Amino acid sequence: MTAPLDVPGSAAEAQPESVLAGAGKDIQGRSLTRIAWMRLRRDKVALGGGVVVVLLILVAIFSGPIISVFGHDPLEFHQEAIDQSTLLPQGSFGNMGSEYLLGVEPVNGRDIFSRIVAGAWISLLIGFLATLVSVVIGTVLGVVAGYFGGWVDQVIGRIMDVFLAFPLLVFAIALAGVVPDKGFGLEGNGLRIAMLIFIIGFFSWPSIGRIVRGQTLSLREREFVDAARSLGARHGYILFREVLPNLLAPILVYATLLIPTNILFEASLSFLGVGINPPTPTWGGMLSEAVRFYTLPHFVLFPGLAIFITVLAFNLFGDGLRDAFDPRAH
Amino acid sequence: MTEPNYASEPLLSVQDMEKHFPVTKGLLKRQVGAVKAVDGISFDVFKGETLGLVGESGCGKSTTGRLVTRLLEPTAGKVVFEGQDITHMSQGRLRPLRRDMQMIFQDPYSSLNPRHTVGAIVGAPFRIQGVQTENGIKKAVQDILSLVGLNPEHYNRYPHEFSGGQRQRIGIARTLALKPKLIIADEPVSALDVSIQAQVVNLLEDLQNELDLTYVVIAHDLSVVRHISDRVAVMYLGKIVEIADRKRLYSSPMHPYTNALLSAVPVPDPKARKGRERIRLAGDVPSPLNPPPACRFHTRCWKAQEICKTVEPPLGEVASGHRVACHFPENAVETPAATAAAEQS
Repeated sequence: MTAPLDVPGSAAEAQPESVLAGAGKDIQGRSLTRIAWMRLRRDKVALGGGVVVVLLILVAIFSGPIISVFGHDPLEFHQEAIDQSTLLPQGSFGNMGSEYLLGVEPVNGRDIFSRIVAGAWISLLIGFLATLVSVVIGTVLGVVAGYFGGWVDQVIGRIMDVFLAFPLLVFAIALAGVVPDKGFGLEGNGLRIAMLIFIIGFFSWPSIGRIVRGQTLSLREREFVDAARSLGARHGYILFREVLPNLLAPILVYATLLIPTNILFEASLSFLGVGINPPTPTWGGMLSEAVRFYTLPHFVLFPGLAIFITVLAFNLFGDGLRDAFDPRAH
Repeated sequence: MTEPNYASEPLLSVQDMEKHFPVTKGLLKRQVGAVKAVDGISFDVFKGETLGLVGESGCGKSTTGRLVTRLLEPTAGKVVFEGQDITHMSQGRLRPLRRDMQMIFQDPYSSLNPRHTVGAIVGAPFRIQGVQTENGIKKAVQDILSLVGLNPEHYNRYPHEFSGGQRQRIGIARTLALKPKLIIADEPVSALDVSIQAQVVNLLEDLQNELDLTYVVIAHDLSVVRHISDRVAVMYLGKIVEIADRKRLYSSPMHPYTNALLSAVPVPDPKARKGRERIRLAGDVPSPLNPPPACRFHTRCWKAQEICKTVEPPLGEVASGHRVACHFPENAVETPAATAAAEQS
């Protein structure tokens, strides 16, 4: 008899619902996430974007095996594919063919296909991890600012303003010049990748922080938060059990839209020569080398297409996610 | 049916409770005024009774409910629950007491977390309070669900899969989970269709009889309050102007404001409607930022005289159990102020 409520034969035995329900069948509700997923499955454009995103992730993960089967080492020079008098690739279309799927680079003859596949790994790694960094910082600070309000909100709000006003590109260029070759147990490009993730992630959190703060402000006023408080719930319970589950959808959507921005930012930095050091292949770095050979369309086209397709796929998928989670937005 | 026991100690006693929301201005947050949402109200709630709290929008009735459950901190006054002063008790010390005092919320669409299943929502009180149940939380939750007339197999469903009335039942199930003694119901049916209102009101009454509950029902609908309450308190601009048992208040209201409110209740029978005089109040409710001095109702009262603008009428007991804050109450035999005013003229 320790059950807090044990009243046999209830007063209100109006049970129209039990008539409707199938006998003995276990009733499983459809969560908002499942409904969003069902809506997403009907959105062909978003689904197409999602498929491309998944393919890109698979290519990035299995870049090693793919390169060894379909291409050559991305760092390997192939002088035999270069016309030694002009230093341009032999044949038409940059020596495209079964040997070199997307042709070779001028001068040193590196396999463009292999370099693009290898570059996918770096682009996606930086895109995902930098987004993770900004989502974690932005969510924590945004929730705290929105939930507690008052001076906490004021302080965090001003910090966000400072970060948003920060000339990120200039800062990144300046920082890239002073990064040592070794540090934090990392070396060379490993350290540079970690630094890029940190810079991009650390400076793009305020946008997500503002969205989370705004959502938290409106969630805080909902009566289910009052209900939890009147039950004696602590702040931690309210934040993690009541508020945060309602923020997952906007955070997921925004993160999906932030990934391509971060990929673009990494490409821009590499293009400017302050990202990953050559000869490690990156899409931005390839573009920047290709600029000197504007007579060779394939050299510019393929890294450009890689960036374009990636960004477009993520954006289409993110837009579809947003529509699926919030169909009233239109 | 359990009869309220008025002889014993009150379960909840509110004394001169005030809540002023500061109005600040400028960079330095200088306080330039205060919204006097609740401005010194006192009432007792006895075990087993239902106290109705009525008044128009903005009169402070919801604030009163939130002050009593300590969702808001009172500015002044005292809240005593089961003999303990909880006015400024810390949330930590208040936590065990919250089992005995629960709240039903107005909007069944916003009071249930859309990301939680019904089982998680109704089971939350057990988890938050760390209550052990004999056959597990799931069994306890399903028992409560059938108690409020919901299918216990809907344990894994989400709030958006239910209608408004069903959702309010889920909310009621949550408040009942820990078997509280006192339930503050803040407009429990005003967000529901009229046809569903009756269901929920009847459910609340049945539960009261069965579980020996005490209610404070906050509402603006006089018919709902009449149906459910044992005693009724009428609020105007942050003050209680009249408090009496239901029969007396509805048959012989004394405060002019109560009269005006009652005359505004629609009568469905056109024949009965004929003989009735409708009191139309002039003007708007004054701002609680700067309420009128003395009697707060004098700006709209047709009986107001000089004394109403200068001397605040106390909430005095005019008849047994019938308190009214008016110098010139209606349906009353003799009052000191009325006599004095008559002598002056």
